[in-house]
Amino acid sequence: MTSSNDVTRRGFLAKVALVFNGFVGVALAVPIFRYLASPVTRERNVGNNSWLTLGPLDKFPAGETRLATYRNPMVNAWDGETADIACWVRNVDGKKFQVFAINCAHLGCPVRWFPQSSLFMCPCHGGAYYQDGSRASGPPERGLFEYPYKIERANLLIHAGELPTPGPSASKSKGCSSCG
Amino acid sequence: MRLMGRVGEWFDQRLQLGRPIRDVMQHPVPRETASWWYVFGSAALTIFLFQVVTGILLALVYVPSAGEAWNSLQTLNHQITLGWFIRALHGWGSNFMLAIVIIHMVQVFLFGAFKFPRELTWIFGIFLLLLTFGMAFTGQVLRFDQDAYWGLGIGASISSRVPILGPALVKLLLGGPIIAGATLSRFFALHVFVIPGLLIGFVGLHVLMVLKLGVNEWPMPGRIVRRATYVREYHELTAKEGVPFVPNAIWKDIVFSGFILLAIAACAVLLGPFGPGGQPDPTIIQTAPKPDSFFLWIYAVLSFLAPSAETPILLIAPLIGIVVLLLLPFFAGEGEKSWKRRPIAVLVILVAAVSLGTLTHLGQHTPWSPVMDAWSGEPIPSEYLKNRTPLEHQGALVFQSKQCHNCHSLGGEGGKRGPELDQVAVRLTPDQLVRQVIQGGGNMPAYGKNLSPAETTALVKFLETLHPAGQAPAQDASRAIAETDQH
Repeated sequence: MTSSNDVTRRGFLAKVALVFNGFVGVALAVPIFRYLASPVTRERNVGNNSWLTLGPLDKFPAGETRLATYRNPMVNAWDGETADIACWVRNVDGKKFQVFAINCAHLGCPVRWFPQSSLFMCPCHGGAYYQDGSRASGPPERGLFEYPYKIERANLLIHAGELPTPGPSASKSKGCSSCG
Repeated sequence: MRLMGRVGEWFDQRLQLGRPIRDVMQHPVPRETASWWYVFGSAALTIFLFQVVTGILLALVYVPSAGEAWNSLQTLNHQITLGWFIRALHGWGSNFMLAIVIIHMVQVFLFGAFKFPRELTWIFGIFLLLLTFGMAFTGQVLRFDQDAYWGLGIGASISSRVPILGPALVKLLLGGPIIAGATLSRFFALHVFVIPGLLIGFVGLHVLMVLKLGVNEWPMPGRIVRRATYVREYHELTAKEGVPFVPNAIWKDIVFSGFILLAIAACAVLLGPFGPGGQPDPTIIQTAPKPDSFFLWIYAVLSFLAPSAETPILLIAPLIGIVVLLLLPFFAGEGEKSWKRRPIAVLVILVAAVSLGTLTHLGQHTPWSPVMDAWSGEPIPSEYLKNRTPLEHQGALVFQSKQCHNCHSLGGEGGKRGPELDQVAVRLTPDQLVRQVIQGGGNMPAYGKNLSPAETTALVKFLETLHPAGQAPAQDASRAIAETDQH
C-alpha cells in the first residue's frame, strides 16, 4: 500500500512539474510568436507605404510610358539593390498619369513595355496588357497594379512600399486606380 | 592488435554500441533483396550526407545578406581555390538527390513496399520527398540571382491567393513588405537549420523502421499481403532463405553510392556550377525568370490554367495530391505487391512520368511566352516578300514593327504564343483577318486603337498572301454570290 501511495505522490509531482513547464512554455511561446509574426503586425504601427518621389515631371513626356525607379521606404542596410524598385509611368495627356507596378498581375514577373504596339508583355507566362494597364490577354485575371500618385512642386510622387500581389490585398489597390 | 582490442573493449563497455551494430549488420534479409533494385534508398542517404558536407563548405564563404550574397557567390566561383567546384558539387548533388529520391519512391511504389506493416515508413518517405523539394527551392533562393528574386515573387503571388490569410502569408514568406534582406535571411534559416533538422529526424526514423520491420521482400505474383499473417510469413522467409545484410546485400549499396558520388563529381567537373545568373536588382527588367529544372513542370502548369480556375487549382490540387500519397497505404495496405498484378499502379507511374516529362519539356521551351525580341531580331522569310506589291511590303513592315512576330511565327521563327501564320490566309477570310486584328479575341490583344486604318489595310493585305502556292486563300462565300449576282 505504502509503495503504491509513494508512486501516486511521485506521479502527482511529475504531473505538477509538467503543468508548471506547460505554463513556462506558454509564457515563452507568446513572445516567440509575436517575434515571428512581426512582419505581419509591424504595419499596424508604422505602415509600409509612404509617398515617394519618382523625380521631376519633365522625365515623363506627355503621351509616353517610361520606366522609373524608387528606393523602398522601409529599408535595412543590408538590403542592397533589392530595395530599388522599378515601375512604369504613363503620362496620359500631360495632366493625367498612371503609374503601374512592374509586377505582372499573374505571378509577379517584370512586365516590359513595347511602345510600337502599345502593349505590356510578361516574359514568364505570356500575360499582355494594353497601355492603360487593362488586361489584354494571357493568364492574368486582372489589369496591372496601379500606385496612387500625386504631383507636388513639379515632382511625381507615388504611394508605394509593398510588393503588389494578386491576392485580396492587391484588389484593394485596384479600387485605388481611380484615385490617381 | 591486443592493444587495439583492449581499446575497443574500453569504448564498448561505455558506449555499448557494439552489440546493436553487430545485430544490424548480421540481421537476415530476403535473398532476392540483395539486388541492384534495392540500392536507391541508401544512395539517397549518401547524397544527403554529401550535401551536408558540401553545404558546410559553402557556408564558410557564403554571406546570407541580400546586398552581399551574389558577390560572395562570384567570389566562390572566381577567386577562392576550387570554390566553383564545391558550388558545382552542391548544385549537382541537389539534382542527383531529387532524381534518386524520386526513383526510390517509384521503385518502392511498384514493389508494393508501402503495404502493411510499412505504412509509416512510406508516410515518412513522403515527408522526406517534400522536404527534399523544400531544400531544392530554398537552395535556389540562396543562389540569390534574378531567377531567385522573381521566383520569390512567384511564390509570394501564389501565397497571396490563399483566402483571408493571403496578405499575412506573403509578409511571413518575405519577412517584410518586399523581397529584400529579411527574405534571404529566413530562406537561409530554412535551408541551413530548419529543413535539414527535419530531414535528419525523419531520415533517422525512416531507416530505423527499415531495420526494425525488415526490408521489403521481392514481390512475387500471387504472394498476397494479409495483416493477420504477413509478419509471420516474412520471418519464416528470412529464417529459411535469408542472407546477412552485411556483406551480402550491402556491397551493392556501397558500389552504387560510390558510383553516384563519382557521377556528381563528373558533372561538377564537366558542366560546372549553376550560376549565379544576373544580379538580383529588380530595376533590371530585361530578364525571363525561370525556375530550376525540377520545378519547370509547375512553371508550365501555371501557364495553362484558365484564369478563373487558377486560384482553386493552385491551392487545392497540391493538397489533394499529398493527401492521396499519404493515404495510399491505408486503402491499398493489403493484397498483391507485384507490379505484374497491379496494372493501375504501372499506369499511374507511366502517366505521371509522361505528364511530368512533357510539362518539363514545355517549361524549357516556354511556347506560351512572347519572344521578346523577335520583332527586331527575327526577319520575315524572304520567300514571303518576293513578288509582292508595295502595299503588301508595307504590311510586312507593320507585322514586324507592331511586334506581331513576338507571338506569331513565320517560317518557324518567332513566338509560339499565337498560331503560326504561314498559312493564315487559308484559315481566315480578309474580313475575318480585319476583325481579328482590330478586335483581338481568342487570347489575342485588340489592336484597333493602335493601328491606323492604313496600317490595318496593309497588314491584312500582307496576311492574305500567306497561303501555299497551290491552295487558294479563304473567301467569304456570301460575298462571292453577291458579286456574281451583280454581273
